[in-house]
Amino acid sequence: MAELTKKERMKIPRQPMPEQDGNVRSGNFKEVNLGFTEELALLEAQRCLQCPKPVCISGCPVGVNIRDFIGLISEGKYAEAAAKLKEDNALPAVCGRVCPQEEQCESKCVLGVKGEAVAIGRLERFAADFERNTLGIRTPQIKPKTGKKVAIIGSGPSGLSCAGDLIQMGHDVTVFEALHAIGGVLLYGIPEFRLPKEIVKAEVDALSKLGVDFQPNSVIGFTDTIDELLTSGYDAVFIAVGAGLPYFLNIPGENLNGVYSANEFLTRVNLMKAYRFPEFDTPVFDCKGKNVAVFGGGNTAMDAVRTSKRLGAAKANIIYRRSENELPARAEEAHHAKQEGIEFLFLANPLEFIGDKDGWLKQVKLQKMELGEPDASGRRKPVPIPGSEYLMDIDMAVIAIGNGSNPIIQKTTPDLSYTKRGNIVVDPDTMKTSKKGVFAGGDIVTGGATVILAMGAGRTAAKAIDEYLKEGK
Amino acid sequence: MYKIKSAEFLAPNIKKFIIEAPKIAQKRKAGQFVIIRIDENGERIPLTIADSNIADGTITIIVQGIGKTTQELNSLSANDSIRDVVGPLGKPSHIENFGTAVSIGGGVGTAIAYPTAIALKEAGNHTISIIGGRTKEFVLLENELRAVCDEVYPTTDDGSYGYKGFVTQKLKELIDSGKKIDFVLAIGPIPMMRAIAETTRPYGIKTMVSLNPVMVDGTGMCGGCRATVDGKTVFVCVDGPEFDAHLVDFDLLIRRNRTYSKDEKTALEHTCNYDVAFEKALQGGN
Ligand SMILES: Cc1cc2nc3c(=O)[nH]c(=O)nc-3n(C[C@H](O)[C@H](O)[C@H](O)COP(=O)(O)OP(=O)(O)OC[C@H]3O[C@@H](n4cnc5c(N)ncnc54)[C@H](O)[C@@H]3O)c2cc1C
Ligand SMILES: Cc1cc2nc3c(=O)[nH]c(=O)nc-3n(C[C@H](O)[C@H](O)[C@H](O)COP(=O)(O)OP(=O)(O)OC[C@H]3O[C@@H](n4cnc5c(N)ncnc54)[C@H](O)[C@@H]3O)c2cc1C
Ligand code: SF4
Ligand code: SF4
Ligand code: FES
Repeated sequence: MAELTKKERMKIPRQPMPEQDGNVRSGNFKEVNLGFTEELALLEAQRCLQCPKPVCISGCPVGVNIRDFIGLISEGKYAEAAAKLKEDNALPAVCGRVCPQEEQCESKCVLGVKGEAVAIGRLERFAADFERNTLGIRTPQIKPKTGKKVAIIGSGPSGLSCAGDLIQMGHDVTVFEALHAIGGVLLYGIPEFRLPKEIVKAEVDALSKLGVDFQPNSVIGFTDTIDELLTSGYDAVFIAVGAGLPYFLNIPGENLNGVYSANEFLTRVNLMKAYRFPEFDTPVFDCKGKNVAVFGGGNTAMDAVRTSKRLGAAKANIIYRRSENELPARAEEAHHAKQEGIEFLFLANPLEFIGDKDGWLKQVKLQKMELGEPDASGRRKPVPIPGSEYLMDIDMAVIAIGNGSNPIIQKTTPDLSYTKRGNIVVDPDTMKTSKKGVFAGGDIVTGGATVILAMGAGRTAAKAIDEYLKEGK
Repeated sequence: MYKIKSAEFLAPNIKKFIIEAPKIAQKRKAGQFVIIRIDENGERIPLTIADSNIADGTITIIVQGIGKTTQELNSLSANDSIRDVVGPLGKPSHIENFGTAVSIGGGVGTAIAYPTAIALKEAGNHTISIIGGRTKEFVLLENELRAVCDEVYPTTDDGSYGYKGFVTQKLKELIDSGKKIDFVLAIGPIPMMRAIAETTRPYGIKTMVSLNPVMVDGTGMCGGCRATVDGKTVFVCVDGPEFDAHLVDFDLLIRRNRTYSKDEKTALEHTCNYDVAFEKALQGGN
C-alpha cells in the first residue's frame, strides 16, 4: 500500500465493526461483532499517526505497545503484529473483544481529541484472530526448567496469564479450578455472542501444549488447602479465584421461583449450555414469550438481559436505579442491547417481588427514584421519590448488582490479610500477600473489575514469583 | 475421568457405586457431598458421600433414579467412567457426644444419614437408627447400620417388614416410651423431614435435616441453592447442607425444587437409557 501523508491518513473515517443485524442476532447465540476484514483493518491501521510519543499506551493497564502493533498491521505483517501484542497481553483475542477500550487505550488516542480515536481494540482482535485462524496460536520459547513448582488457584484471566508467563520462565505450573472447565468468567460469565468459547479454548489448549497442568474439579480449601499445597511440593501459590459471590437485593420475595442471580443464569446458559437444552441436560427458566427484568446496569446486567432475549423473552428490560449517564456497562454493550430490542427503565428501584400461590414470580414492586448529590463513587446518588411505588408484571428476574468475594479461601486460610469485604490484601507492586510464598491478584484483590486488569495482575505476580523462586523471599 | 469400580442395585432403582477418587476419599467427612457430571452434555448434580476407603482410594455414593441424570447414572456399571467428580463439598456434619442420638433415613435418605450415624457412634453417642422404606425392599443398609448402631428400627408403610407405619410414628413412640433423646438427624423426602421437625419441636429435641435444593456449582458462586433458615437466606452448598430442622422453611424448599419440573420431563423424554436401567432394576440385576 502506498505511503499516505498525515493529512490523507486523517481523512480516513473510523471503520465501523461489521456486525450481525440486531433483529437476526437477538435470535441466536452467534457472535455479534464479525471482526474486521483485511481491507477494513488496513484502512483503520492507516489512521494511526504512529505518534513519536504514543499517549494511547498510557491508557492500557498492561502497556500494550499499541503504536508498533498497529504499524505492523498497516504493513500487512499481521502475524508479527500478534506477536508484538503478546509481548504485553497474553489474551489479545479476548481483550480486543471485551476491554472497555473507550475508557482505556482509545480514550487517550490523540485522534480522539478532535475526531474519533483509532479503533485499537478492533485492530487488536483482528491481529489475534488472524494468528489463531491462519497459523494457529504459536508457542513461544520456554526457558530451561528450573525445577520449581507453582500452584495457581483459579483459571480466569488472572490465573491464565500468570500461568503463561511462569511456564515460559521455566517453572512447572499447575492450575487448580473449582469448576469442570477452564476459563473463569470468560467461560461461565461472558456469553458466547460476545466471546466465543472456542477462543478461550484455543488459548487454554496453547497453554496446555506449553506444559501447564490444568486440574479441574479442584476446589482449593476443600480438595486441598493452600497450606497443603505449600507442604506438598509447591514452592509458591498464586490465588486468582475471582469475585464469585453473588449479591442479592435482600428484599422480600427474592427466593421465589424465577428469581436468579446473574451468575446462576449465565452459568446455566454459558457453561452448562442450557440454551441448547435438551441436547444438553441442564435446564434454565423458559423465557419464551415471558417478561424478563434484569436489575443492574453493568456488563453483567447487559449480558443477562441480552441472553434472556435470545432465549425468547417477549419483553426484556434493564431496570437501573440511576440514570442512563451513570450506566456502568460499556457503551457498546448498552448500544447493542438497544439494537436488539432491550428496553431500559431508569431511575427505578425494586422494593419487593410478588409471587403466585405456587411460589412463582409474577410482579415486582418498583419505586421511582431521582438523582441527588454525588456519592462516594462520584456518581449522583439515587433518592427514592416518596409515594411513587407501582407494580410491574414480570415472570423472571435476574439480579445483577455485583459480586463479593467467595469466603472459601478466607475460611480455610485465615492467616492471610483480608479487607472487611473479604478481598485479599496485597502489595500492588508484587501481588505478595501477608503469607510467605503466597501471591494473589485479579478480582479477589480488586473486587469485580476487568479482564485486562486481572491479566495485568497475573503478569505482575508472575514476575514477582519468579524473583521469589530465585531469591527465596 | 473417574472410574466406577463397582455398581450394584440395593433396591429397585437405588444403586450403590464405588468410584475411584483418592483425594476425595482422603478428605471427606461425614455429611459432605460431591457434585458429579456424567458426560460432556451432562448436568451437575450433588450426591452425598456415603462412605470412603482411603486405602483403595474410593468413595461410595448411593443413587436413587428420579430424573434424567440419576437414571442415566444408574444405567452405568463397573468399569464405566464418570466425567467429573468434585468434592468434598459442604460443611461436615456437626458431631459431638449428645447422649442419645437418633438418625432417621427415609428411602435413599438412609444412605445420606449413614456416614453421620457412624460418626455419631464414634463420638460416643448411644445411637439409634430408624430406617424408613415404602416396602421391605426399600429398607436400605440395615445390616450396615446394625453393625454400628445400638438400636435399629426398620419401618415400612405397608408393614411388609419391621414396624408398620411412618418413621415419625416410630420416633414418637420412642420418645413417649420415656427414652431420653438428645439429638435427631433426619434425612429423606422433604415432607418427611418436615414431619420429623414437627414431631420433635414440642419436646425441644435438637433436630438437624439435610436439605436437597437444586445446585449448580456447589461452591457458593451461583446462589441457586438458596433456602430460608431462621428467616435468613442461606446458600445450602456452603452454609449446609445440614440445618436446624426447627428453623427451615420447608414450603419454600419444596417450591424451589419444582422450578424445573416441566424441563425435567423434557430431559427424560430426550433419553432412553432410563428404561433400560429401570428394567434391569426390576429384574434385580445391575
Ligand atoms: C457477566 C460478566 C461480564 C463481564 N464483562 C466484562 C467485559 O466485557 N470486559 C471486561 O473487561 N470485564 C468484564 N467482566 C469482568 C471480568 O470478567 C473479571 O474482572 C475477570 O474475569 C476477573 O478475572 P479473575 O481471573 O480475577 O477471576 P475469574 O474470571 O472470576 O476466575 C476465577 C476462577 O477461579 C475459580 N475458583 C474460585 N474459587 C476457587 C477455589 N477455591 N479453588 C479453585 N478455583 C476457584 C472460579 O471457578 C473461576 O473459574 C465481566 C464479568 C462478568 C461476570
Ligand atoms: C447435598 C445433597 C446431597 C444429595 N445426596 C443424594 C444422594 O446421596 N443420593 C441421591 O439419590 N440423591 C441425592 N441428592 C439428590 C440428587 O441430587 C437429585 O436427586 C438429583 O439432582 C436429581 O437429578 P435428576 O436429573 O436425576 O432429576 P431431575 O430431573 O433434576 O428431577 C426429577 C424430580 O426430582 C425433583 N428434584 C430435583 N432436584 C432435586 C433434589 N436436589 N433433591 C430431590 N429432588 C429433586 C424434581 O422436582 C423432579 O420432580 C442430594 C441432593 C443434595 C442437594
Ligand atoms: S489490552 Fe485492552 S486496553 Fe490494552 S490496548 Fe488492548 S484493548 Fe486497549
Ligand atoms: S495515540 Fe492514537 S494515533 Fe497515536 S500512536 Fe496511539 S493509536 Fe496511533
Ligand atoms: S450451588 Fe451455586 S451457590 Fe450453591
